[in-house]
Amino acid sequence: MTIPLHIGFIPLVDAAALIVAVDKGFTAAEGLDVTLVREVSWSNVRDKLNIGLFDAAHLLAPVAIASSLGIGHVKVPIAAPFNLGLNGNAITVSPALHAAIMAEIDGDPLDPMATALALSRVVAARRKSGAEPLTFGMTFPFSTHNYQLRFWMAAGGVDPDEDLRLVVLPPPYMVDSIASGQIDGFCVGAPWNSIAVDRGVGHILHFVSDILVRAAEKVLAIRQSWSDKNPEVVAALIRATFRAAEFIEQPHNRAETARLLAQPERIGVDADVIQRTLDGRLKILPDGTIRESNRYLLVGREGAGRPDPVQAAWLYAQMVRWGQTSISPEALRTAKAVFRADIYDAALGHTAKPADASDAIGAFAGPAFDADDIAGHLAAFQIGRRKS
Amino acid sequence: MGAESSPKIVIVDESPIRAAILEEGLREAGFTSVAHISEMQSLLARIYALDPDVIVIDLENPSRDVLEQMFQVSRAVRRPIAMFVDQSDAASIQASVDAGVSAYIVDGLKKERLKPILDLCISRFNAFSKLQDELDRAKSALEDRKVIDRAKGILMKLKGLTEDEAYVLLRSTAMREKKKIGEIAQSILTASELLK
Repeated sequence: MTIPLHIGFIPLVDAAALIVAVDKGFTAAEGLDVTLVREVSWSNVRDKLNIGLFDAAHLLAPVAIASSLGIGHVKVPIAAPFNLGLNGNAITVSPALHAAIMAEIDGDPLDPMATALALSRVVAARRKSGAEPLTFGMTFPFSTHNYQLRFWMAAGGVDPDEDLRLVVLPPPYMVDSIASGQIDGFCVGAPWNSIAVDRGVGHILHFVSDILVRAAEKVLAIRQSWSDKNPEVVAALIRATFRAAEFIEQPHNRAETARLLAQPERIGVDADVIQRTLDGRLKILPDGTIRESNRYLLVGREGAGRPDPVQAAWLYAQMVRWGQTSISPEALRTAKAVFRADIYDAALGHTAKPADASDAIGAFAGPAFDADDIAGHLAAFQIGRRKS
Repeated sequence: MGAESSPKIVIVDESPIRAAILEEGLREAGFTSVAHISEMQSLLARIYALDPDVIVIDLENPSRDVLEQMFQVSRAVRRPIAMFVDQSDAASIQASVDAGVSAYIVDGLKKERLKPILDLCISRFNAFSKLQDELDRAKSALEDRKVIDRAKGILMKLKGLTEDEAYVLLRSTAMREKKKIGEIAQSILTASELLK
C-alpha cells in the first residue's frame, strides 16, 4: 500500500534532497506517494503545515523553532527529524557598496571581521554626510539570513536596528530590488546570489560559511503530533531524503541533480546556475571571478542531515539576542527538542560523524557557543536588543 | 455603518480585477474605507502610510512574508499587528486557504469585526476563481473552434466534401471513438503536418 503525502517547498537549491527523493523515486521505493507543492512564501508553508494541508515541509530552521515556541504566530509544535542543508546562503552587495567597502577595508576581503569593520566605516561616513541609511534585504523575520546578516555586521560595530535598515523581501524580488537601488545588499540562499552576479547587479561578499562553519539552514518539518502518530511514515521519509542527499553529494550525480532541480515545476532556473551552487564553485563578481568552497552548501556531507540540537540552541539564542523573545530555560529546552536527532538515528540505525567545528557552530566572532548557557554566551556581545 | 466606525481595509493584490471585485463587495457591505495596493515595492511604507485596521492579501502573493515583519517589535512600527487566524476558528481558516486569501488584523480592532470582512473576501475570491475558470473554458472553446475550422478545411480539400459534410464526418468520428470533436480535429491537423 502506498501512502499519499503532500509536502510543501520553496523553490531554492536547499530543497534538493526533498526534490531528488521524489523525482529519483527514493520516496516511491519507501512506499510513499509524495506530491510536492511549490509555494511562494514561508508564511504559506508554515500555515499550510500548521493546519494540516501539508504533511511535511521544507522549512526555515528558525521558523520550526518559532512555531514550536509560539513566537510571532500561533504555537504549533514542530518536529525536525532531518536537516535538509547546512550553510548555502551568501551575502551579496551592490557594486557601489562593494566598492565602498573595498575602499575602507583593512585586511583580507574574505575575512568577515575585516568587511564588517569596513561596513561600519561606510555607515559612519554616510551618517556624517547625511546620506540615507543602507538597506539590506533578508527573507523572513525568523530566518537564518536575518541572524547571519545581524551577526556579521554587529561584530564590526554596526547596529542592525539603529545604523541601517533590514527589510524582508521574497527571494525572487531580491535581484530586481538591488538592481533598482531599493536595497544595497541582501542575504539569501541559492540561486539568487548567482543570478544577481550574472546580471551584473551584485557582488558576492561572503559565503555564510565564512561567518559560521556549520549553520543549520532548512529542515524537513513535520507537525509533532502527526510525527508521533505516524512514526513509520516519518522514518520512511527520512530514509528517502537521506538516500537523496547521498546521491546529490556524489560529484558524478551533480549534473543529473541540477537537471532535476531546474525543471519548471521545481526550482525553474538554469541547470548551470544550480550546478555551480552544488559544486560550491560560484562566480562572485560580474567580471567572472570564481570562488570555490567545499563548505558553500552541505547536503548530507559531514553528517549534515542529522539534526543537531546545538544548532537549534544557537538559533534560539539569536531570537533572544535580537529581542524576538525573552530568555527562559524552558524555551531553550523546547527549542533544542525541535531538532529530533533521536528520530533520525532510529530511522537510519546509525549516527553521524562528529562536526569539525569545536562548538558545532564555528562562528568567526565571539566566544565558543555554549548551548547550555545562552545568557552567559550572549553577554559577550555588545550589540543586541535583549528583553529585560 | 457610519464612516467613523467603518474599519480601514487595505487590499494587497497584484490582480486589479480581483481587487476591484473585492473592493466593490466591501463597499456594498458598508465598508466605506477601502484602499488597494497593487505595487509590491515599498509595501510596508505604503501600509504604514495608509494605517489600516485590516489587511487582506492573496495567498499567491510572495509579499505575504513582508507583512510578517510587521509582527516584529521594531521602531518603525507604531503599533503591533496580530494575525487573525488563530486556531479557534479552523473552518474559517480552511475556507480562506481554499479560497486563496488571508487577512491580518491590526491590534485594537475587535476580532469579531473581522469575521464578516473575511467571509466576504472568501466569497468574492471564490467568485473570481469561478469567473477565471469560465474565461479559461471560453478561451479553450474558442481555440477548439479554430482547430475544428482548420480541420474542416483540410477534409474539404482532401476529400472533396462540403463544409457540412466535413463537420458531420468529424462529429461521427468523435462519437465512434468517444472523443471530443476538438481532439479529432487536432489529430487531423497533426497528421496533415506530418504528411506535408
